[in-house]
Amino acid sequence: MEPILSVEDLSVSFARYDRGLSRRSLSALRGLSLAVEPGQVLAVVGESGAGKSLLAHAILHILPRNAQASGTIRYGGASLTRERAEVLRGREVALIPQGVTFLDPMMKVGSQIRRGENSPDARARCRQVLERYGLGPETEELYPFQLSGGMARRVLIACAVMESPRLIIADEPTPGLDAKAAGRVLGHFRELAEQGAGVLFITHDLTLALSVADRITVLYDGQTADTVSPSQFRAGTGLTHPYTRALRQAMPENDFL
Amino acid sequence: MSHRLQFTAKKLVRMALLLLGVSLTAFLLMNASPLDPLQTNVGQAALGSMSPEQIAKLEEYWGADTPAAERYLSWLGSALRGDLGVSLLYRRPVLEVIGQRLSTSLWLLACAWVLSGALGLGLGLLAGANRGRWPDRLVRGCCLTVSSTPAFWLGLLLLIVFAVWLKILPIGMAVPIGGGQATLLERLRHALLPGLTLSITGAANIALHTREKVVDVLDSDYILFARARGERHILRRHVLRNVALPAVTLQFASIGELIGGSVLVEQVFSYPGLGQAAVSAGLGSDMPLLLGITVVTAALVFGGSLTADLLYGAIDPRIRKGAAAQ
Repeated sequence: MEPILSVEDLSVSFARYDRGLSRRSLSALRGLSLAVEPGQVLAVVGESGAGKSLLAHAILHILPRNAQASGTIRYGGASLTRERAEVLRGREVALIPQGVTFLDPMMKVGSQIRRGENSPDARARCRQVLERYGLGPETEELYPFQLSGGMARRVLIACAVMESPRLIIADEPTPGLDAKAAGRVLGHFRELAEQGAGVLFITHDLTLALSVADRITVLYDGQTADTVSPSQFRAGTGLTHPYTRALRQAMPENDFL
Repeated sequence: MSHRLQFTAKKLVRMALLLLGVSLTAFLLMNASPLDPLQTNVGQAALGSMSPEQIAKLEEYWGADTPAAERYLSWLGSALRGDLGVSLLYRRPVLEVIGQRLSTSLWLLACAWVLSGALGLGLGLLAGANRGRWPDRLVRGCCLTVSSTPAFWLGLLLLIVFAVWLKILPIGMAVPIGGGQATLLERLRHALLPGLTLSITGAANIALHTREKVVDVLDSDYILFARARGERHILRRHVLRNVALPAVTLQFASIGELIGGSVLVEQVFSYPGLGQAAVSAGLGSDMPLLLGITVVTAALVFGGSLTADLLYGAIDPRIRKGAAAQ
């Protein structure tokens, strides 16, 4: 199937000023490639600091100003330029961020989910998506600081599905949740994929990735080390990179001693 | 509700302690001043021609022969009963002098307070939203320059430009000279230059602080998420909302700086306000008036910070709802 999102040879580097005025380029991602197909969950697994969030920000064209990106990002068959990204953001492409700090602390949840729209249609849809994730209409009137960790995560997912997106980028959406709550969140991703959306699930948690993803891309040193299916990974077949093999070895069930 | 009451009670106790401390400090400083009230107010030549009885009478009037502790305690005693005494220089009740002077100064202070707040917030937003680009550098450059400029010097500069060269604004005073009852417009015209001087100095400070806050907010996760969701009007919807809190604090905290600045600025513009009265009271050893002005201005500044605290509770949902939940 034609991938909804394909990333080829993506590199992201930062311009940094060291001592004095010497300018140094610090590369975070170098030559990363992956593809997300509609109806599938692709998990991107990498250590903290491997540049996983930068991948999400590069796709959405919201990298910090001192970052430089190169490579090709294609969405729906055509190049995803800054102009296109600006149109697609929040409509066809949705980001699910890490936690409650991504909500404006001074604004009620309902208004944030609706992005300030107050039409009866938007209000109805807002209540609908809240209900879909088991949140009552009273949630609209809460401020972010009044949400529990699990509620905040569900509100962030509700933000993403307000506009029935075709591509969902979830950037570490589970830290701080217990296994049960994390499982529920992943269930929501699975459900979105089954409805036809492509899901890019960025995480450092290999076990979670294996449990939910159709395919797993392992990042190492800013590059794609391997892309395999969970069953391949478990079996240890098709792993070409030493890092991926070591990662598999390190799992509790694979005699990591 | 009991939370609010407790809060208010704590603040009131703090205010009482503050006023006590401020009045005592002012008294001790004045007491330690090398100025001899008789020599300053009567003059060396006049003193020389007076009889010892006359001098003793004058010493009694200026309180030069009473021990310091006794003078302070007797002032404090009557102040607690609401009597701030009689000004030695103006020979009228201190409260009356302060009331009259304050009503003149209020034009100036209000003018400067509103202008500096609006200007500072606007420039701060402009600079923060354009971080690193030319509007930011321009605003920051100007603000840093103004911040390092003494207010009285800035006042002189404005006087030279607008009153001496361009002759479009009056050179000083609060009303036209010898003009009887002044109209509102005339009062505003006279308050404009000193008000502008105060505003420019105040605005620079507020703009620099606001800019920092805007930069912080723009770097936050929630702005990133708002951008990722393709939100428009991010500045109005998120930045302004989150900058409002520190802006309110700054605005009310600036009352203190404004009053401080007005002492110098009123001197430059011969503006007969509270600041000028404070200077004359200090130089003329008018202890009751000086203590009165110190206490009243300290109360004003404290009131400003208190208002900011209360508004904070009203604006910030975390405090408002948090307090209600307790």
